[in-house]
Amino acid sequence: MTNSTSLLAIIAILPFLGALVPGLMIRAGRNACASFAAIPTVLALILLGTLAPAVLQGEVIQTSYEWLPSLGLSVSFFLDGLGLLFALMILGVGLLIILYARFYLSADDPMGQFYTYLLLFQGAMLGIVLSDNILLLLVFWELTSLSSFLLIGYWKHLPEGRQGARMALTVTGAGGLAMIAGMLIIGNIVGSYNLTDILAAGDVIKASEWYMPALILILIGAFTKSAQFPFHFWLPHAMAAPTPVSAYLHSATMVKAGVFLMARMWPALAGTEAWFYIVATTGLVTMVIGALIALFKDDLKALLAFSTVSHLGLLTMLLGFGTKAAAIAAVFHIINHLTFKAALFMTAGIVDHETHTRDIKRLGGLAKLMPITATIATITALSMAGMIPLNGFLSKEMMLEEAAHTSWMHNPWIVPVLATLGACLSVAYSLRFIVHVFGGKVRDDYPSHPHDPPFGLYASPALLTVLVVLIGTMPFLAEPIVTAAANAVTGADTHPHLKIWHGVTPALYMSLTAFGVGGVLLAMHGSLERVWNALPRPEAKVIFDWIMDRCVALAKSITASVHNGAISRYLAIFVSATVVLGYLAFTSGPIAPATRDMLPVPLPIAVGWIILVAAVGLVVTNHHKRFLSLVFISMIGLAIAGGFVYLSAPDLALTQISVETVTVMLLLLALHFMPKSTPRESSNALRVRDAGIAIAAGVAVAALAMAFLLRDFDSISAYHLANSYQGGGGTNVVNVILVDFRGYDTYGEIIVLGIAGLTIYALMDALLRGPAAKRLRETDYSQDRSRDRHPMMMVVATRAMLPIAILVGVYIFLRGHNQPGGGFIAGLVISIALLMQYMASGFAWTQLRQRIEYHSLLGWGVVIAGLTGAGAWIAGKPFLTSAFGYLHFPPIEEFEWATAIAFDLGVFLAVLGAVMLMLYSLSRIARYAGETINIDPMDHDPSAAAEKTEAEAN
Amino acid sequence: MEFLVASAIGVLTAGGVYLILRLRTFPVILGISLLSYAVNVFLFATGRLAVDAPPVLQKYADVAYTDPLPQALVLTAIVISFGMTAVLVMFALGAYLEADHDQINIQDADEIESSDEKGQGA
Repeated sequence: MTNSTSLLAIIAILPFLGALVPGLMIRAGRNACASFAAIPTVLALILLGTLAPAVLQGEVIQTSYEWLPSLGLSVSFFLDGLGLLFALMILGVGLLIILYARFYLSADDPMGQFYTYLLLFQGAMLGIVLSDNILLLLVFWELTSLSSFLLIGYWKHLPEGRQGARMALTVTGAGGLAMIAGMLIIGNIVGSYNLTDILAAGDVIKASEWYMPALILILIGAFTKSAQFPFHFWLPHAMAAPTPVSAYLHSATMVKAGVFLMARMWPALAGTEAWFYIVATTGLVTMVIGALIALFKDDLKALLAFSTVSHLGLLTMLLGFGTKAAAIAAVFHIINHLTFKAALFMTAGIVDHETHTRDIKRLGGLAKLMPITATIATITALSMAGMIPLNGFLSKEMMLEEAAHTSWMHNPWIVPVLATLGACLSVAYSLRFIVHVFGGKVRDDYPSHPHDPPFGLYASPALLTVLVVLIGTMPFLAEPIVTAAANAVTGADTHPHLKIWHGVTPALYMSLTAFGVGGVLLAMHGSLERVWNALPRPEAKVIFDWIMDRCVALAKSITASVHNGAISRYLAIFVSATVVLGYLAFTSGPIAPATRDMLPVPLPIAVGWIILVAAVGLVVTNHHKRFLSLVFISMIGLAIAGGFVYLSAPDLALTQISVETVTVMLLLLALHFMPKSTPRESSNALRVRDAGIAIAAGVAVAALAMAFLLRDFDSISAYHLANSYQGGGGTNVVNVILVDFRGYDTYGEIIVLGIAGLTIYALMDALLRGPAAKRLRETDYSQDRSRDRHPMMMVVATRAMLPIAILVGVYIFLRGHNQPGGGFIAGLVISIALLMQYMASGFAWTQLRQRIEYHSLLGWGVVIAGLTGAGAWIAGKPFLTSAFGYLHFPPIEEFEWATAIAFDLGVFLAVLGAVMLMLYSLSRIARYAGETINIDPMDHDPSAAAEKTEAEAN
Repeated sequence: MEFLVASAIGVLTAGGVYLILRLRTFPVILGISLLSYAVNVFLFATGRLAVDAPPVLQKYADVAYTDPLPQALVLTAIVISFGMTAVLVMFALGAYLEADHDQINIQDADEIESSDEKGQGA
């Protein structure tokens, strides 16, 4: 073990960082974009190379950072042989794909997006194989599902692309959910989410009664990802992706993630009967079915897709055998499959690129036209078939060898026979790929004129072909990495000896049979195909779509029944449920006896109460007459303000009265543009139901209020009373709380108020650009207008009152710290004073005389309050700590200064700005509604008339 | 006195709930105003009731003070509920001007569908 290395974390994060770049670099051109996409991959490969020697020696490199320790989640990475093998594959093939895609993608394809998705996916895959924490692994696992969704659906204009992407996401995503559950069970059994701990605790896991559920859930995750039967159907549909994506996802990465996971969890889960029967059987069935379907696919990529399914089945089967030798074969075949399958996919892409078709029936004879491509394809396809001396032969021999002495349910024949059958079919479709595409006569009806592509396009598959031959002829080259990986899988010391000639073994006979039968199958392909097409076959996509449609229909019916757009119904259910739950909570425990006596009720208060109750009743019964209900609602507000006065809350009373005024003005303004009455449309039954709910809610709230009004409890209020003067320098404790003790709350609240004001302004602005503006202009509001809109009496009175009102506002503001008042109330009072000018002389006249914008008033308010708070930092105190002191100017009385007053000034400005902005927004609508713009202060101005007469007289 | 306050809160709540269950925007706004009153008085009442004991400190007399904390909270709550009512009024007005009706319930499934599509298109 070494801890020398945060390198691992850097390797894991490089692709994600790199993903940010291509989207920007595309502006610099396609070559720059591709180069910059390659840089993080190359860097990661180099860093990995520095770690590789140690890992090949058997070391395990670890690095770990805490993330959410309380959940057992840490950012832990480790690198052992298996991780190294996969990381090399992911990065190495990734690099080849980046090169290939540069030449494959056409000028219309957004290349920056492509590389960003590709690097995201690469990072996610790398994360899976490097994670040392299974929760972290799950995070990356889900990331591969998401990023592969983006890649598969890259050609957004193609419906197949979108559908294929959705199907892949649904299947692998659902499997991922199952795997999360399985991994959590494992974590619970072991008591740790660290992979290294889990791998060491295989015996504990296998002995646990939770082993089976965990195994099945994890296998569902692995099988869906690795496209094992019966989840194999998503993979061929994912072929709608651009070929570089298919080559990457379906040779080296995405589908190998499931295999990787089975290999990773091998020490913890494998070796039991359940493992053998589930995993090996699934793999065997998948291998045969995949190969069979592949033989009859005419689409090149579909053929390769089903062949991939088949080879993944082979790998799964080998891992399922649970023996060391099988594990070695699996690891070796992972490498070999990668080399030939990635090259084959790229070849298919080249054929598609050059001939504009992937339909085998329309191809043939390409060997003469595209000799380089044909050479690459022939070598790699022969390797896929298992031809000596290519690398596919070696691992297939090892597979057949293992299969030859595996018995299934005490039957020694089933596994070898089926494995041989799979091999026969594999030979058949591989040969078909060569013969039907490249063999035969040159045709004259290709959709395009085919020739070999530029070097950039065939460089990647050519390199892989070299590997195919090298590993095939000199298998000892691959021995170190296979040994390291196999050791990591089995958790034991393995000594694989990879060689071409094993002597005359059963496997050799099986291989020879495969080639013989495979050749015959190809020769009979035409007639076999007719039989195949005549056979009824279940179409996976139809079944999948049917299931999806049912699910969607079910979800729709549930949604439609609970979320039908009737807000009043949601509210009725919500209120009823709240009352019922509150009642249950309230009655579930005893209630302490009352400790307070009731206060006496003086006559004025009783009258106030009667007014309030009567006004509520009148609002409810008269809500159809909208103006009238506004009158009643203002009565309620005044009654409540009176109550505040009596019950020792002068600040609240002042606030309530001023807010009441502003609210009613606002509602009046809005009502001008809305229907003046509400139609009666609720049925009697509905009204009775609503009344029932309302009364229940009212009684419940009243009972709750009554319960706590008669009982004492301790609160933190005493602290505020005790410290208001010494700590905050003010005697009005409510104001000191607002600007000092709870200044942060207040700061937040003025911001909320500012946001509300800006929201209204923005809404109004958007409205006046839309169809609403047209409606406003076309509607005739003149019937509602008074003839004397700017009466002289009102103009004169408001003009005279303006300075007085402002003085009152300033007074209320200044006394706020020690007496009832303060920024909130002063802001409201001054707003009312200004509003009176608007009401008296109209919008345009007042607006002309307004020098400061309400937006900036609002903004300055928040800024001043914020700066005052930040000023405390200069003194080294926390945000919003206030300071105060006393000045003495004889003969004036002692004068107090406090930073809190600056904060209160901010509050004042913000409130003033917000309120004015709201009403200003509504009045702007009035102008659109065709209100005449007056620039005179009043309709009949006697002084102007007098001047006129004077002028005429002169 | 306590009974009067509690029952006033109850009456305000009942009226508010009844009005928010109506089918047009304007009564719903009235209902929300009533509910804001109810909530504000409710919060204020958590400080329990006291007469002649405003939380303004007296220098020269040792007197009782009522609980100032709920008052401070309610003061801002009153202002904020004004702001929220204003936003709501603007929504209601905008919805009426855009859609030419002021019903709060979406009428039928077609309209839900089309509004969904609009949402996706935007």
